[in-house]
Amino acid sequence: MSAPTVPGPAVADAPSGRLGPGPRRPTSRGERLGAVMAHHLYVYRRTWKGSVIGRFVSPLFFLLSMGLGLGALVDARAGGVEGLPYLRYVVPGIVAMQAMMLAFGDSTYAVMGYIKWNRMYSAMLSTPLRVGEVLWGHLLVVALQLGVATAIFLLVAAPFGAFGSWWVLLAVPVAVLTGMAFSVPTFALAAWLENDNGFSILFRFVMTPLMLFSGTFFPVDQLPGWMQPLAWVTPLWHGVELSRDASEGVWPGWAGVGHLGVLVLYVGVGAVLAHRSFTRRLLS
Amino acid sequence: MTDDVLLRARGLTKSFGDFTAVDGIDVQVLRGEAFGFLGPNGAGKSSTMKMVGCVSPVSGGELRILGMDPAADGAAIRARLGVCPQQDMLDEDLSVEENLWVYGRFFGLSRKEVRARTDELLDFAQLTERRHDRVEPLSGGMKRRLTIARALVNDPEVLLLDEPTTGLDPQARHVLWDRLYRLKREGVTLIITTHYMDEAEQLCDRLVVMDHGRIVAEGSPRELIDTYSTREVVELRFPVDEQERHVDAARAVAERVEELPDRLLAYTADGDETLARLHERGVRPLSSLVRRSTLEDVFLHLTGRSLVD
Ligand SMILES: Nc1ncnc2c1ncn2[C@@H]1O[C@H](COP(=O)(O)OP(=O)(O)O)[C@@H](O)[C@H]1O
Ligand SMILES: [Mg+2]
Repeated sequence: MSAPTVPGPAVADAPSGRLGPGPRRPTSRGERLGAVMAHHLYVYRRTWKGSVIGRFVSPLFFLLSMGLGLGALVDARAGGVEGLPYLRYVVPGIVAMQAMMLAFGDSTYAVMGYIKWNRMYSAMLSTPLRVGEVLWGHLLVVALQLGVATAIFLLVAAPFGAFGSWWVLLAVPVAVLTGMAFSVPTFALAAWLENDNGFSILFRFVMTPLMLFSGTFFPVDQLPGWMQPLAWVTPLWHGVELSRDASEGVWPGWAGVGHLGVLVLYVGVGAVLAHRSFTRRLLS
Repeated sequence: MTDDVLLRARGLTKSFGDFTAVDGIDVQVLRGEAFGFLGPNGAGKSSTMKMVGCVSPVSGGELRILGMDPAADGAAIRARLGVCPQQDMLDEDLSVEENLWVYGRFFGLSRKEVRARTDELLDFAQLTERRHDRVEPLSGGMKRRLTIARALVNDPEVLLLDEPTTGLDPQARHVLWDRLYRLKREGVTLIITTHYMDEAEQLCDRLVVMDHGRIVAEGSPRELIDTYSTREVVELRFPVDEQERHVDAARAVAERVEELPDRLLAYTADGDETLARLHERGVRPLSSLVRRSTLEDVFLHLTGRSLVD
């Protein structure tokens, strides 16, 4: 049997600076959540250049083509939509839609990767972190992303006269909530799926129809009657309505409470499911 | 002193549905030991390590780590463990040092504490030159060393190593073994799983041999070899079809003979003498080799199979 190779002279001994045996300083939940968030922020910092196109340029394309290009036509022929110039009608809808698209983008392959490709979630769970902290630390960073991306979009669109009121600032929290109503259930799905084939189904048969039929580009009441309830039970239409009200500074009243309620329900039910599928998948 | 029992398992069991992966094992690991689980693929080593690492709930029996119950005090236990899982589980998008920084924060170390420790850990893992590089293109051996360095970020009392050198080339294995010796000298308790008998012999003070979820033998490598094997082994190769004919002759001159598909193993106290006596009986193998017994021979004797298939 061969002895281990003799190390060169520059090789360090085992790390010292021992914390020593015995119990460690207990950490608070906030500290642990912050540590998980720090990890994801490092990852975003490494990869943000690649995603800048999706975050910034593609909403700008929508703004130019839909808001200005199509808008000129709509305004000339129909005198706007619901009493608004088309630009002011469509841009708040695109704000909510962008939140949905970003949420799907950040909650599918990334989550599956942390579960089964690089298994970082498992590495995290070998530390004092709990499953809820691993889940929510990641979700909070997704929420932060949504907030930043929405704020940037508002800044880009405002000079075109896309918003009717300063209340449009409320479109930021609305977009975050709308995005999370997609993100949290998608985390649950990503942890439940065995492989990534399901994601293309999700993009093709959930995301794309929702983009088109949730009142983003035209009012839902233009849809055939049987399709309208689909808009009501999925989150995007509620986000679009709230976003549009914020943009015009219209107080939505009880309808607004209903919209918020649906979005919160998606987040709440999604959170329970995500916690369950994370636990089943990572701590079996 | 019960204080110095870091791990105690009694009747420890892990089931997945109807299948029992770990079938009632009893184990005790003392502070400062290098303790091994030696067994082939599927023996239940990783399942055991995950229960010890408090990331897999115990299905039955009793488990105490650092005197605590994983079901009740998992987080407090994990705070004092270092875990090097069978798969590296690094964030390959981050740099080498970023992997250490973020991991230290999970244990509640301050940014300052983590950065201070990073230099030392990188030095230990011989990765100082690569500290700013992304992890993805690093070699298997480097990633393994980084995983170990990361597991040390919280200065653990116990380091769990699940197949630390599987998949590495011989040179990378030796570098890694050398790192583990150093830790052992520093007084870190090591719990190692492996299916390499040489790794178990090199690193472990004491080990259990595992097969099909059960422990089939326990002791130091020396004790196990003394108990379950002879001092020496003669390996005899014959032309195909002829091996069968020489089994009886070998049995007559050795304490025990194992038949493998490609060779006979004759267990004996003195290999050269046994070989000479075989010659006297007119047995002419194609080749013969006298060597000392290893844990592989122990495993073969106990289970009738070899460790690595
Ligand atoms: N999550 C799981 N679900 C079902 N079976 C499992 C699971 N994990 C491990 N097993 C099975 O348990 C047995 C022991 O596996 P493992 O502990 O990984 O063995 P080892 O690490 O010794 O190779 C294997 O037969 C394996 O297929
Ligand atoms: Mg294993």
